[in-house]
Amino acid sequence: MSEKIAIQVDDLTVAYNYKPVLWDIDLVVPEAVLMAIVGPNGAGKSTLIKSILGIIDPIAGSVSIYGKPYKKQRQLVAYVPQKGSVDWDFPTTALDVVMMGTYGTLGWIKRPGKKEKKASLEALEKVGMLSFKNRQISQLSGGQQQRVFLARALVQNASIYFMDEPFQGVDATTEIAIINILKELRKAGKTVVVVHHDLQTVPEYFDWVTFLNVKKIATGPVKDIFNDDNLTKTYGINYKVAVNK
Amino acid sequence: MSITEYFNMLFTDYTLGTITLGTAVLGAICGMLGSFAVLRKQSLLGDAISHAALPGIAVAFLITGAKDSNILLLGALVSGLIGTFWIHGMTKKTHLKSDTALGLVLSLFFGFGMLLLTFIQKQPNANQAGLDKYLFGQAATLVQSDVILMIVVTALALIVMLLFWKEFKILLFDADYTKTLGFNTKFIDITITFFIVLAIVLGLQTVGVVLMSAMLLAPAAAARQWTNRLSVMVFLAAIFGAFSGVFGTAISASQNNLSTGPVIVLVASVFVLFSFVFSPSRGILFRQLRFRRNRRDLKLKKTLQFMFGIAETHENISHPHAIKILNNFQGFAKTSLRALEEKEWITLDKQSWALTKKGFEEAQTMFDKKDDNE
Repeated sequence: MSEKIAIQVDDLTVAYNYKPVLWDIDLVVPEAVLMAIVGPNGAGKSTLIKSILGIIDPIAGSVSIYGKPYKKQRQLVAYVPQKGSVDWDFPTTALDVVMMGTYGTLGWIKRPGKKEKKASLEALEKVGMLSFKNRQISQLSGGQQQRVFLARALVQNASIYFMDEPFQGVDATTEIAIINILKELRKAGKTVVVVHHDLQTVPEYFDWVTFLNVKKIATGPVKDIFNDDNLTKTYGINYKVAVNK
Repeated sequence: MSITEYFNMLFTDYTLGTITLGTAVLGAICGMLGSFAVLRKQSLLGDAISHAALPGIAVAFLITGAKDSNILLLGALVSGLIGTFWIHGMTKKTHLKSDTALGLVLSLFFGFGMLLLTFIQKQPNANQAGLDKYLFGQAATLVQSDVILMIVVTALALIVMLLFWKEFKILLFDADYTKTLGFNTKFIDITITFFIVLAIVLGLQTVGVVLMSAMLLAPAAAARQWTNRLSVMVFLAAIFGAFSGVFGTAISASQNNLSTGPVIVLVASVFVLFSFVFSPSRGILFRQLRFRRNRRDLKLKKTLQFMFGIAETHENISHPHAIKILNNFQGFAKTSLRALEEKEWITLDKQSWALTKKGFEEAQTMFDKKDDNE
C-alpha cells in the first residue's frame, strides 16, 4: 500500500423516489488495496459503485480518481457488472465480449484490429478461458461467464477495478481463480473494489474494507476495523453471537 | 392474375416493378432494425409506435386536406415520435413498468386516431376516401416517389449502422458498461430508436398500422434461430424481411388486392415457423432429435459401465460372460447389445458377451472427458 489516494468520494447522496439509498458518503481509498464493500441487502453497495461510475446520477456529491474528476479519468477505471445484468443469449462469442473492453480506448467509430484482438486473447488466457474463445456466450457456465466479464475488464488495462459481486453463483475453482487474479492486480499497484457478500472470506481475500448501510459505517484496513463492533453496527445484529447460537 | 403471372410481369410492368422493389426494401430495413428492437427486448415498442402514428396521419390530412403520402407520413413520424417519447417518460418518471406504458400509449393513440378517421370519413370531401388503407396497408398504392424515399432512408440507416456498428452492439449487450467506457449512451439509444420509428412509419402505407410490428419482429425472430453472430443475424433478418415483403405483396396483388399487411405478416410467420422447427442448433426438431440420441447414447454407456464393473473383476478383460447375468440384473434389450457390438465395444457370441479392449478403455475414461468441444 502506498500513500497515494486512488479514489475519493465526497458527500455522495443517492435517492430513488425520495427514499435515500446512499446518504452523504465520504470515502477515501488508497492506491493498491483490495477492498471489499460489505453490508446487508439494500444497503446500497451496488448503487455506490454505480454512482461512482456515473451509471446512476447522484443527487449530490463528487468523485475523483487520482485527484481529478472521474469523467476525465474514465480510462483509468474498469467495471465488472453483475453477471445477471445482461442477457447471455445475446448472439456473440466470448472473445467478442472481451473485445468490448477495448472499445473505450478506441473511441467512436474506430473498429478493433489485430492489436485489440491480441490483447483480448491474452486476457482470456489469464482467466483460463482461451479454449472457449469462440463459444457462444449462452453456452458458458455461470463461472465461465464471470471469467469472461473479468477478462473484459482486464483488457481495459485500468488502474482501478470496480466489481459487483463477482463471486455470486460461481464455483470454488472460479472463485479461487478470480481472487488470485485480483491479488495479482493489487501486487501490480492496481486498486480493486469489490461488492462482497461472504463475510467469512473477507479477512482472507481483502486487506481493506468498507462497511455500508445507506450511510458509511466504517472504512479502513481489515485488520483494524473488521470487528464485531462494526459488523453489529452494519447488520444490526451481533454477528458472532447470532452465528454461534 | 396468378402469382406466376405476377412474377412474369415483374420485369415488364413498371408499376409492379416499383411495388416489388418498394416492399423488398421495406422488408430489408424492417428486418435489419427489427433485430435491434428484438435484442433490446423492445419488441412491443414497434407495436406501440405504429399505432401511435395513426393520429398523426389523420391530423396531417385534416391540416393539409391533401392525400400526399409524404406529408401524411411526416405526420405519422411526428406522432410516432411523440408516442415513443411518452413511453420513455412514463417509465422513467412514474412507477409504471414499460409494458403498461406501451399498452397505454398504444391504445390511447390508436383510439384517438380511429376517432379522427371516422370523423374524416363523415366529411363531405371526396379526397378522404382511402385513408383507411393505413390500417392494414395497400402496397398497390405505392408510387415511385414512395419507393425512392424508402431507398434513401434505408441507405441512410445502413450507413449509420455500419458506422456505429460497434457502439450499437455494445449498447445492446450491456448499456451500463457502455456508459462507463465513456460513450454517450443516450445518443446511441436515440439514434437506434429514431431509425426504428422511421422504418415503422415508412411501412405504414404498405403493411398498415395494425400489423407493422410483426414486420419488424418476425424476420428478426426467424434470423436469430440460424446464427449466433449479430452481423449474420441482422443480414439474415434483412433477407427474410425482403422476401416476406416481396412474396406477401405478390400474393396480395394477384388475389384481388387483398390487404397487403396481413398477407406479408403471414408470409413472415412462415419464415418464423420454419426457423423455429428446422434451425439446426436452436430448432425444436433437431433439439428433440439430439435429445433422443443423447438418451440412447447414455443408455448404452450405462450398460457399458455395468459390463465394465463385471469385467474389471477378471484378469482377462475380454473374458466372456453370459448375457443372462445382464438380464437378471437390469433387463437389457438385444438392440442395445447389438448397438454396443456395432461400436466394437463388445463382442457377442450366442449366449455370452465379452468386453473388447476398446470398450474397456472407453468405459475407463468415460468420466475423464472434459467438456471443451472447441
